Amino acid sequence: MFLRVSDLHKSFAGPDGAIPVLNGIGMTLEAGETLALTGESGSGKSTLLHLVGGLDQPDSGEVNIEGVNIGMLDDAGRAAIRRETVGVIFQQFNLIPSLTVASNIAFQARLAGREDVAWSGELADRMGLADQLTKYPEQLSGGQQQRVAIARTLAARPKLVLADEPTGNLDETTADAVMDLMLNLVAETQAALLMVTHSERLAARMSRRLQLRAGKVA
Amino acid sequence: MTKAGLLALLSHWRRNPMQLFTLVVGLSLATALWSGVQAVNAEARASYDAAAETLGEGQFAQITSADGAIAQSDYVALRRAGWLVSPVAEGRLQGIRLVGLDALTAPNGLGPVDFTDGALTVETLLGGVLFGTQATLDRLVDVDITKIVSGDVAPNVILTDVGTAQRLLRMDGELTRFIVAPNQPVTQIPLDQVVPNLTLRPPQGGSDVARLTDSFHLNLTAFGLLSFAVGIFIVHGAIGLAFEQRRPVIRTLRALGFPLRRLVGLIAAELLVLSLVAGAIGVGLGYVVAAALLPDVAATLSGLYGASVSGNLQLRPEWWLSGLAIAVGGTALAAAASLWRLAKMPLLASARPRAWAMQAGQGRKAQGVLAVGLLVAAALLGVFGSGLAAGFGMLAALLIGAALALPLLLDRVLAFGASRARSVMAEWFWADTRQQLPGLSLALMALLLAMAANVGVSTMVSSFRLTFTGFLDQRLASELYIYADDAAQASQLQDYLKPRVEKVLPIQSISQDIRGLPSEIYGPTPHATYRDNWVFLQDAPNAWTRIENGEGAAINEQLARRAGLAIGDQITLAGERFDVLGIYGDYGNPIGQVIVTEAVFEALFPDIRALRFGVRMDPENVTALTIELREMFDLSEANMVNQAGIKAFSLDVFDRTFTVTGALNVLTLAVAGFAILMSLLTLATMRLPQLAPVWSQGLTRARLGRIEILRAVMLALLTTILALPLGLGLAWTLLAVVNVEAFGWRLPMFLFPLDYARLAVFAVGAAILAALWPARKLARTRPSDLLKVFSNER
Repeated sequence: MFLRVSDLHKSFAGPDGAIPVLNGIGMTLEAGETLALTGESGSGKSTLLHLVGGLDQPDSGEVNIEGVNIGMLDDAGRAAIRRETVGVIFQQFNLIPSLTVASNIAFQARLAGREDVAWSGELADRMGLADQLTKYPEQLSGGQQQRVAIARTLAARPKLVLADEPTGNLDETTADAVMDLMLNLVAETQAALLMVTHSERLAARMSRRLQLRAGKVA
Repeated sequence: MTKAGLLALLSHWRRNPMQLFTLVVGLSLATALWSGVQAVNAEARASYDAAAETLGEGQFAQITSADGAIAQSDYVALRRAGWLVSPVAEGRLQGIRLVGLDALTAPNGLGPVDFTDGALTVETLLGGVLFGTQATLDRLVDVDITKIVSGDVAPNVILTDVGTAQRLLRMDGELTRFIVAPNQPVTQIPLDQVVPNLTLRPPQGGSDVARLTDSFHLNLTAFGLLSFAVGIFIVHGAIGLAFEQRRPVIRTLRALGFPLRRLVGLIAAELLVLSLVAGAIGVGLGYVVAAALLPDVAATLSGLYGASVSGNLQLRPEWWLSGLAIAVGGTALAAAASLWRLAKMPLLASARPRAWAMQAGQGRKAQGVLAVGLLVAAALLGVFGSGLAAGFGMLAALLIGAALALPLLLDRVLAFGASRARSVMAEWFWADTRQQLPGLSLALMALLLAMAANVGVSTMVSSFRLTFTGFLDQRLASELYIYADDAAQASQLQDYLKPRVEKVLPIQSISQDIRGLPSEIYGPTPHATYRDNWVFLQDAPNAWTRIENGEGAAINEQLARRAGLAIGDQITLAGERFDVLGIYGDYGNPIGQVIVTEAVFEALFPDIRALRFGVRMDPENVTALTIELREMFDLSEANMVNQAGIKAFSLDVFDRTFTVTGALNVLTLAVAGFAILMSLLTLATMRLPQLAPVWSQGLTRARLGRIEILRAVMLALLTTILALPLGLGLAWTLLAVVNVEAFGWRLPMFLFPLDYARLAVFAVGAAILAALWPARKLARTRPSDLLKVFSNER
C-alpha cells in the first residue's frame, strides 16, 4: 500500500470554538493509481489533500506514505517528504514570481537533488512552453501558468502527485488539454495521483473516485 | 455620507495598527530630531540676541581704541565736541563678563535698560547694584553689593553702573568703549580731531558672536534636516503602503457614488490629524533631545567662540509651531504623490492592491536619470561653486543623488549575484532578494544616508582631531604659560624668571582690523621655538629669517583666504606695509592673525606691554616653579597654566564640540534601523504568497526565517559598502569645501578603516536585530496561514 489514511480528524478554530472539518476519514491509494476526490465546498477535500501532502498536521489519525506516518515527523521531516516524495499542483498555480519559467520548472527537482535537464526540457516542450522559458510567471496567461505548475511538479518525478482543482481557473477547452497532458505524464512517471475536483467529467477520467460529505467519506 | 466614507477609510488603520504605528512613530522621530536641533539653535540665538542688546553690540555704532583702554577724559572731550556717546566699562570678574553702563546717557532700546517700566530703572542702576540671571549671580562670590535677579540680562553677564564696574574691575579713570546714540547733532567736531587715537565702528546689524557661530548652527541645522529626511522616508513608505492597500475601499466607495473630491479631502484631513498628533509627540520628544544636547552645545559655544548660552531650555511658542509645521509639511511632501495618484485614478482601476513594492520599482529609469543629474550637479558645484550655500547645495545633491541611485546599484549587484548562482537555493535567494528590493528601497536609502553621515562626520571629526592634536603639539611648545595681572608684575616676573629658565617668551598682541577683517597681531621674540614648530602651509624662501629681520610678516590661513592674500602680497599694520612671507595653519581660530617680529611689534605699538609669557624650561621643574611663583608673586592657579593643562582644555573643548554631532549621528542611525525594521515587518505580511510556494516544495519555516535574516544582513552590508565612498565624499566636501567657506581653513583628510569596520559591524548588527522579529514571525507562521495562500476560498 503506497498511501494509507486512517481515522483522520482535523478541526479549525472559529469564533464560537473549534469547527471540525475532517471527521475520521480513511482511504488508501496504490502506486500508479489515480483517485478523484469530490464533494461540496467545505466538505474537507483540500484539507485532506494538505494533510496527505505534509502541508498541515492532523489533530488525530495517521497518514502513512510508504509505511511512514508523516504525522510523527518533525517540521524538517515533513519538509523532506514534500521535497522528495510528494508534488503538489495548486489551483492558484503558486509559481515563484522571482524566477523564470525554466527555473520554476526545475525548482523542485533541484531542491530534491534530482535535476534532469533533458526531462525538464521535454516537459516544457510537451506543455508548449518551449518559447516561454525565459519569461516570468506574471508574463504568462493562466493556462500557461498552470502548465508550468504541472511541469514543475512532474519534473521532480514525485511518487505521489496531489492536485487541488488544477484546472479550476481554466476554460473547458484549455482544461481538457491540460488534463490530458497531466494524466499522460503521471502515467508515464508511474506516480499515484490524488486530485480534488468539482468536475464530474474530470472525475470520470480517474481510475477511482472518493466523495466526501461533512468531513466523512460518503 | 461623509461619515460613512470616513468610517470606511478609518477601518483600514484599525485592521493595520502596525502601519499606523509606523506612520506616527516615523513622523514623530523625524519631527523630534528636527525640532530638537531647532530648539538648541533658538536657545543659543536668543542668548546671543540678549547679549547683543545688553552690550549694545550690533544695533549701535561704537567708539573703540586699538588697545582696548580709553581715558575717562576722552569721554568729556567727546561730549564737549557734540558727540552723544555713553561710556561703557567692562571686563572679566571671576570669569563673568561685567558690563558697566551709564544709565543717564545710554540710548533707549539698549537691551534691558528700560527707563519706563520694570525693575531696571535709572534709580536702581545708579544705586550701584548688580543685575544678572540667578545662575550668573550665584557664581559671583565675595562681592558685597546688592544683587538683583533679572531674566533680561544675557547669560554669563552682569550689568551695573559704570562707576561700580570701574571700581570692581580696578579701572579707575578708564573706560572700555563708547556707545554712540543713533541721532547725533548736525554740527559736531570730527572724531579724529577730538580723539585721534579712537575709531568709530558702525552698527554691525548682528552681534559678532552670532556671525561667528552661524556656521556651527548651520551645521546643526543641516544634520537636523538630514535626520528629518531619514524619518520622512519612513513616513513616505507607510503612506504609500496605506494608499495601495486601500485601493479596493476607495474604488468601492467611488463606485457607490462617493465624490472623488470629497474622498481626497477626507484622506488629506485624516493625514492632517495624524501629522498633528505625530508632530505634537515629536515636538515633545524634541524637547527631550534638546534638553539632553543643550549643555554640550552651550559648553561648545563657550569654549570655541566665547559665546555664553543659557543651559536652560525654554519652551518658545514659535518653536512648538515650527515643529508642528514641519510635521505637517513633511507629511504633505510624503503623501503628495499618493494623493495625486488617487485624484487621477480611474474608477475602474484595478481594485486588487497592487504590490506596493512592485509599484515602487516603476519609474526606475526616471529615477536613474534624476540620480545621475544630481550627482553631476554635485560634481559641478564642487568644481565651479563658491560660498557656503554652494557647499551645502553640493552636499544635498550628492546625498539625494546617491540615495536615488542606491536601488539601481543594488539591483545590478544582485543581478550579478544571480548570474553567478549555481545552487537552486542561491538562484532563488538572489532572484527573490531582487524582487524585495523595491519594497526595501526607502529603508535602505535611509540607512545609506545615516551610514554616509556617520562615515563622513566621523572622518571629518577624526581628521580634525588628528590635525588639531598635532597642531597643539606644535603651537604649545612652551612648558609653562604665565599671565601677569599688570605691567609692573609682568616686568618683575620676567626679571625673576630669566636666570632660572631656558627662555622667557613674551606674548604680546593687539586686536586690529586688517583689510576690514577682525584680526590679532602678535610680536613674538625671535627664537627656535617658533622657527622649529610653526609650520608654514606656504612660504617665501628663508621666511622665518626674513620675518625675524623685520622684513615681513606671516599670516594665518583664515586671513589669507578671507582677504585673498598670497605670498608676496602686502598688508598694512599701523600705517606700515609688510610683505606676506608665510601662511600658517591656525585651526580653530575664528579670526585673522598676523605675526611680526618682536622689534617690529614694539615699534608699531609702543604702548602695548606683554602680560603673558611662554616659558621654555625643563618640564620636570614646572611644578616646583609654579609653587615658587605662587609664593613669591601671589599668583593664582588661573595665572599659571602648564602645557599639559592647556592641551587637555583645548582637546576637551574640541571633544565637546562634536558631542552634539555624535549624538545626532547615533539618533539618525537609530531612525534608519527603525525604518528597516518597519519595512521588513510590512513586507513580511506581504511575503506569504511568495514564500508559501517555496515552503510547500520542501523548505522548513525555520530555514526560510534564517534566509530572511541573511537577506537583511546582505542588503545592509551592501548598503554599508556603498555608503563608504559616499561618506568619504561627504567628508571631503565638509573638509575641503564647507569648512573652508565657513571657517576659512582647510583640513587634511585622513582615513580611519577601523572606525568604518566598527560602523559596518554596527549596521549589520542593527539589520540582524531588525530582521530577527520578522524572521521569528515567519518561522512561527502557522501552516494554516501559509495554506490560506493555496486555499480556493481565500
